Amino acid sequence: MDVGLFAQYVMNGLMLGMMYALVAVGFTLFFGVLNVINFSHGDVLTVGAFTGLATYLGLSAIGVSWAPAQVVIVLLVATTCMAGLGAVIARYLVLPLKAAPALNTLLLTLMLGTVLREAVRLFYPLGANPQRFPPLLPTTAYSFGNFTLRVDSVMLLLAGLAVIVGIHLVINKTKLGLAIRAVAQDEETAKTMGINFTLIVLVTFAIGSGLAAFAGILHGLYYSEINFAMGLLLGVIGFSSAIVGGLGNIYGAIIGGFLFAALQTIGVLAMPFASAYKDVFAFGVIILIMAWRPTGLISEKISERV
Amino acid sequence: MFAVLLPGIGSAVAVTVYVILLLAVESQAAIAGLLVAGVIAVLAAARFGGMARIGRSFAERENAMNLVIILAVLAVTGFFYEDHFILLLMATVIIYVIACLGLNLQFGYAGVLNFAGAAFFGVGCYTAAVLTKNTAMPHLLILVAGGVMAAVIGSLLILPVLRTRSHYSAVVTIAFALLFKIFLEVNDTLGGPQGLPVDGMNVLGWEFNDDIEIGEDFEIAFYVNYIVVGLIVLALAFTFVRRLERSWVGLNLDALRLDETAAACFGLNITRWKITAFTLGNFLTGVAGALYAMMLGFIAPTNFTFGDSLILVSIILLGGIGNPWGLVVATTILIILPEKLQVIQEYRFLLFGAMVILILLFRPEGLLPRPLRTYLPGWRPK
Repeated sequence: MDVGLFAQYVMNGLMLGMMYALVAVGFTLFFGVLNVINFSHGDVLTVGAFTGLATYLGLSAIGVSWAPAQVVIVLLVATTCMAGLGAVIARYLVLPLKAAPALNTLLLTLMLGTVLREAVRLFYPLGANPQRFPPLLPTTAYSFGNFTLRVDSVMLLLAGLAVIVGIHLVINKTKLGLAIRAVAQDEETAKTMGINFTLIVLVTFAIGSGLAAFAGILHGLYYSEINFAMGLLLGVIGFSSAIVGGLGNIYGAIIGGFLFAALQTIGVLAMPFASAYKDVFAFGVIILIMAWRPTGLISEKISERV
Repeated sequence: MFAVLLPGIGSAVAVTVYVILLLAVESQAAIAGLLVAGVIAVLAAARFGGMARIGRSFAERENAMNLVIILAVLAVTGFFYEDHFILLLMATVIIYVIACLGLNLQFGYAGVLNFAGAAFFGVGCYTAAVLTKNTAMPHLLILVAGGVMAAVIGSLLILPVLRTRSHYSAVVTIAFALLFKIFLEVNDTLGGPQGLPVDGMNVLGWEFNDDIEIGEDFEIAFYVNYIVVGLIVLALAFTFVRRLERSWVGLNLDALRLDETAAACFGLNITRWKITAFTLGNFLTGVAGALYAMMLGFIAPTNFTFGDSLILVSIILLGGIGNPWGLVVATTILIILPEKLQVIQEYRFLLFGAMVILILLFRPEGLLPRPLRTYLPGWRPK
C-alpha cells in the first residue's frame, strides 16, 4: 500500500482514538468513584455537541464572528453546561440508586440516554436531520503525495492530547485528584478521612461529562456534521473501550480507546473487500477480548466478598 | 371454593370490557379519559384490598384463571374479528410476551444480563425468512428452527457471558446487539438494509395470510390465525416457564441470581445453570421472532435495533422482574398505548424512557412484583 494513504488512515485512526479515549475516560472515572456505569454518557456528548452548535449560532446572531473567540466560547459554554448536567444526573438520578442492584442503575442511565437523545431529536429545531457543524478552525491543508495534512486536524489532535494530559495531572497531582482516588479506592475510609463523598462524586461526574462535551465538539469540528444519534454508538464504543482497558483505570481507558480505533482501521485496511464489516469486526474482537480477559486488559484488583 | 375464584373472574371480565372499550374508541379525548379512569380504578382497587384478593385467585386457582385469561383474549379477538389493525396489535402483544418470557428466564430467574433481546428475536425472524423462501420445511417446524437458531447463535456468546460478571457481561451482549444490526445492514445475502420478504404461515395447506370467509359476506381477518397460533405457543411457553420456576431448577436459578458465590459454595453448578437459562431464553425469543416474521411478511434490520432490545428490557422491568403475569400487563401497556394514543406516538421513546426512570426511582420492583415462592399449594404466611 501507498505510504501516503497509509498515513491518512493512521491520522484518521488517531483522531477516532482520541474521541473514544475521551469518552472512555469519563466511563472509567464514574466507575471509579461510584462503581456504576453511566450509559447516558454518549448522549451527554450529543447534547454537548448540540449545545456547542447552538452557542455558535447564538454568537453569530449577536455579531461575534472572530473565529478564535467563537471556538473558545463554544467550548467553554458546552463543557460548562454538560458539567452541570453531569452533576445533576449524578445528584438526582444516580446517587439515589446507590443501594439498588447494578442492573437498575445500568437501565436507568440507558433510559436517560434515550430521553436525552429523543429530546434532541424532538425539541432541537429540525433535530431529526443531521446538522452542519461550522468549520471554526483554519482549514489550510498541506499535501504530501496521497497524504493530506489538515491544520485543523493537527490542532484537534493536540487539543485532545492536552486535555488527556490535563486530566492525568488533575487526577495524580492535585488534592482533588487525591480525593477522587481515595473515594475510588474505599468509600468508607475516604469518608472517615474527612472527604465530602457526595461533593467528590458530583465533581467527578462534572469532569467526565465536560470531557464528553469536549469530545462532542471535537467530533463536530472533525466531521463538520453532528446528528442526534451519534452519541449512542460513540457511547457504546467508549464503554467497550473502558471495559476492554479495565474499568476504573484511566490509562486502560485511553489504551482501550486507541485500540478500538486501531481495530476499526485495521478492519478497513486488512479487508478492503469488506470494509463495510469494520464495525462488525471491531465488536467481534471486543467480545473475544472479553472472553479472554473477563475484567479487561488491565484488570482492577478485587477480591470477592461473601 | 368458588368464592376464591370470584374476584379473579370479576377482574378478568372487567379488564376484558375495558380493553375492548379502549381498543374500540377512536377519539383521543375518550382514550385519555379511559386511561385516567383505568388508573383510578386500579389505584382504588389496590387501596381497598381488591388487588390482594385478585392476587389470591390467581395464586390459588391458577389453572382456572389461566383458562379465564385465554377466554378473555378470545373474546376480545371475537369482538374485533374483522379489524385488521387491532388484531395485528393483539398478535404483536402475544408475540412480544413470548419473547419477553425468554428474557425473563435469563434476567428474572438466573440473573444473566442480556441486552441483545431484539437481536435474538431478529435471528428467529431471519431464520424464518430464509427457510420459508428456500426450503419446503413445514412451517410449524420453522418456528422451532427459529428458536434453535437463536439458541445456537447465542451459544457463541456463552463463553464470554460465563466468564464475565455484571457490567462486563453487559458489554458482551450490547456489543452483540450492535454487531448484529450492523451485520444485517451490510450483508447483501440477507437483503441488506432493505430486508427480506417472508412467506406467510401455511399449515397442512391452510394459508394463514388469507382472510377466512364463511358464507357470503362474513369475513374474518387473517390475523386471527396468528392470534390463535400465538396463543397456543404462548400457553406452552408460559406453562413451561411457570413449571420451571416452581421446580428445583427454578430454585437453583433463584439461588444463582441472589448470590453466585454462595450458590457455588452450596454445590450448585453455576456454569450449567447459566448456560441452561441463557439457551432456553434465547430459544423462546427466537420462536417468537420466527412467528413475528411470518405474520408481518417482511423484515428489515431497523426492526432489531439496540433501542428495541431496550424496550424488551423495559417491559421486563416495568412488569416486575421475574413475574410472567407482570410481563403480560407491561407488554400490553407498552405496545397498545402508543398505537392508540396517537398524540404520544412521536414521543413514545421519550415517554417510555422517562417512565422507566420514574419506576426505577420510585417503584423499582415494577408494577406487579414477583410474589414470594410458595412451596406448598395454598400455603400462606400466617
